[in-house]
Amino acid sequence: MISLLRVRAIFSKELTQLKRDRMTFGMVIMIPLIQLMLFGFAINTNIRNIPVGVVDQSQSGLSRVLVQTVSATQVVDFVESYHDIQQAELAIASAKVRAVLIIPDDVSQRLVRHASVGLASPPSSDQETSRPIAQWLVDGSDTMIAGAIKSLRSMPLTELLSKPSNRQTPTFEVALLYNPEQRTVVNIVPGLVGVILTMTMIMFTSAAIVRERERGNLEMLITTPVRSYELMLGKIIPYIFIGLVQVAIILGLGYYVFNVPINGSLWQLAGATLLFIAASLVLGLVISTIAKNQLQAMQMTVFVLLPSILLSGFMFPYEGMPVVAQYIAEVLPATHFMRLIRGVVLRDVEVIMMQFDMYWLIGFTLLGLLISSLRFKKNLD
Amino acid sequence: MTQLAIQAKQLSRNFASLKAIQSLDLEVEKGSIYGFLGPNGCGKTTAIRLLTGLLKPSSGDINVLGYSLPKDAEKLRLNIGYMTQKFSLYDDLTVKENLNFLAKIYGLSAKVQNKRVNELLAIYGLDQKANQLAGSMSGGQRQRLALAGAIIHQPELLFLDEPTSAVDPENRRDFWEQLFDLSDQGTTILVSTHYMDEAERCHKLAILEAGIKRADGSPQQLMNNMNANVVEIVADNLRQLKQELLSFPQVISAAQLGARLRVLVNNTITEPKAFLMQHPMINNNDELTLVRPSLEDVFVTCTGEGRQ
Repeated sequence: MISLLRVRAIFSKELTQLKRDRMTFGMVIMIPLIQLMLFGFAINTNIRNIPVGVVDQSQSGLSRVLVQTVSATQVVDFVESYHDIQQAELAIASAKVRAVLIIPDDVSQRLVRHASVGLASPPSSDQETSRPIAQWLVDGSDTMIAGAIKSLRSMPLTELLSKPSNRQTPTFEVALLYNPEQRTVVNIVPGLVGVILTMTMIMFTSAAIVRERERGNLEMLITTPVRSYELMLGKIIPYIFIGLVQVAIILGLGYYVFNVPINGSLWQLAGATLLFIAASLVLGLVISTIAKNQLQAMQMTVFVLLPSILLSGFMFPYEGMPVVAQYIAEVLPATHFMRLIRGVVLRDVEVIMMQFDMYWLIGFTLLGLLISSLRFKKNLD
Repeated sequence: MTQLAIQAKQLSRNFASLKAIQSLDLEVEKGSIYGFLGPNGCGKTTAIRLLTGLLKPSSGDINVLGYSLPKDAEKLRLNIGYMTQKFSLYDDLTVKENLNFLAKIYGLSAKVQNKRVNELLAIYGLDQKANQLAGSMSGGQRQRLALAGAIIHQPELLFLDEPTSAVDPENRRDFWEQLFDLSDQGTTILVSTHYMDEAERCHKLAILEAGIKRADGSPQQLMNNMNANVVEIVADNLRQLKQELLSFPQVISAAQLGARLRVLVNNTITEPKAFLMQHPMINNNDELTLVRPSLEDVFVTCTGEGRQ
């Protein structure tokens, strides 16, 4: 039998302690605030102004115009010019520039014979048309940088020649739903809710219970009539509210500062969030039954937090991961929540339409509750 | 026959290979103050934890207030109070908040709670400190708060695990006065200590060593039944004399107290003074007195085998 009086006693004690613990109280507000501002502005997968160099072997008017045309795309920023390729390679190796554009001395001939120009008599041979007019040397270790430079591969040269471009009909038409402007922040902000909730919810609950054990309070508590589930419930409830406050901060600021729309209904949003908060809190409980002290609790939190950031689909698409990693990601509540919250916030889908993720979170919570109540013994054996 | 609050038979508890408690028999009468006396690590805390149901015994039977442990541990909780060795209330709550919290945990109704908390604050001289954080109080104040917390639900039986280890002598005296008040009101108290003067205040006590009960009874009984006589010697060169005397198997111990040497001689020697006078280092004009044994002497005579 559960005594609401006792749960309430623990709940209000927890609130009083939280109120006194200025640092933790501050973190509750500052973590989402600062991280949202930081990541909202900082994380950007539309890469611009990559520092690059040039080796201009032709030293002609054409080559200078070519450099300016490339520069006008704003993808790259020419910061240095080199005399020879060895120098350029050294500059890439020492990370002074990320790529180098090498313009050969016969750039004008190559251009005239280029398929897109078609100024040629006699007509260009196949061998001539297949010759690019210049070459990029790229530090390919960072795939995002490489991708950005690769996007320049077939940039139109119409401005170079002040000639109307040959009309190109795309093979496919692509309609970009939900984020037509392709702003990274639209995807980041809802994801950040998952990351921050994972961090604070797991950390706070695990630390809150381990702290009682560390300070000896638990030895006193277990001689009282308090039952273990009353204790756990009373300690968890304040953090549910904290979680909701954090979500409100992130999505509210996301809306006003970063213009991230909230397309779904707030009820759906609250439902998905509560499911995830419950799963995270329960995970914190499980950790608290394993960890001996607050440091261990912290370490275990980080152990869960890193895959929740890297594998959950927050930073990198889930689909790009190998199958084994996908299985691991499926275990994490954060993965399911990323799908749910992005679905609700960006695509106005109802949680019930994403049943699998919903049931997974519910199942995870129930399993965690079972494990932690089995492990949390009310004696010192 | 007086009623027993605690009865334990052949109680044992092992932690892996360590035998923390071995075959402990215990009978504590209702309304009495019972002491566990023993050095650190002798199993006092383990014994208390077994009797409160916090630990399960490896073997043996425990009956506390009519409840059989560990089976009825949950039911027992409402009737016992436990003051842990380390201060275990919340440092970041005020005195009053701590007491209110415990009152709610024990299910006191709001009206009773208010009355009881104010009553305890007054009894234990904490009413001036009611809104002070527990963490910022002195050792004596914290100890009184812990006691108030342990008896908020007016338990029949109170366990105190080394309650006075962090307190100055004056506070200790006051604390014992409060324990006698509680005992007077009918509360049975079981207290563990390693202070002789505290043990002497108990109605009855058990001397524990390495998990084994070496002796039990009232302090007076223990002193009367001691198997040694106590002789105090005033002489020169006490350090050396002590070493010399200890080589006799009949001498159980010799301890220097200022200018005197307190020697415990096994009571198989009927004339301890004459026995000691034979020693060449003791002159005729040295002063030898047969004195009344103290609890410390009892402690020394019945422990020592398992000591490292």
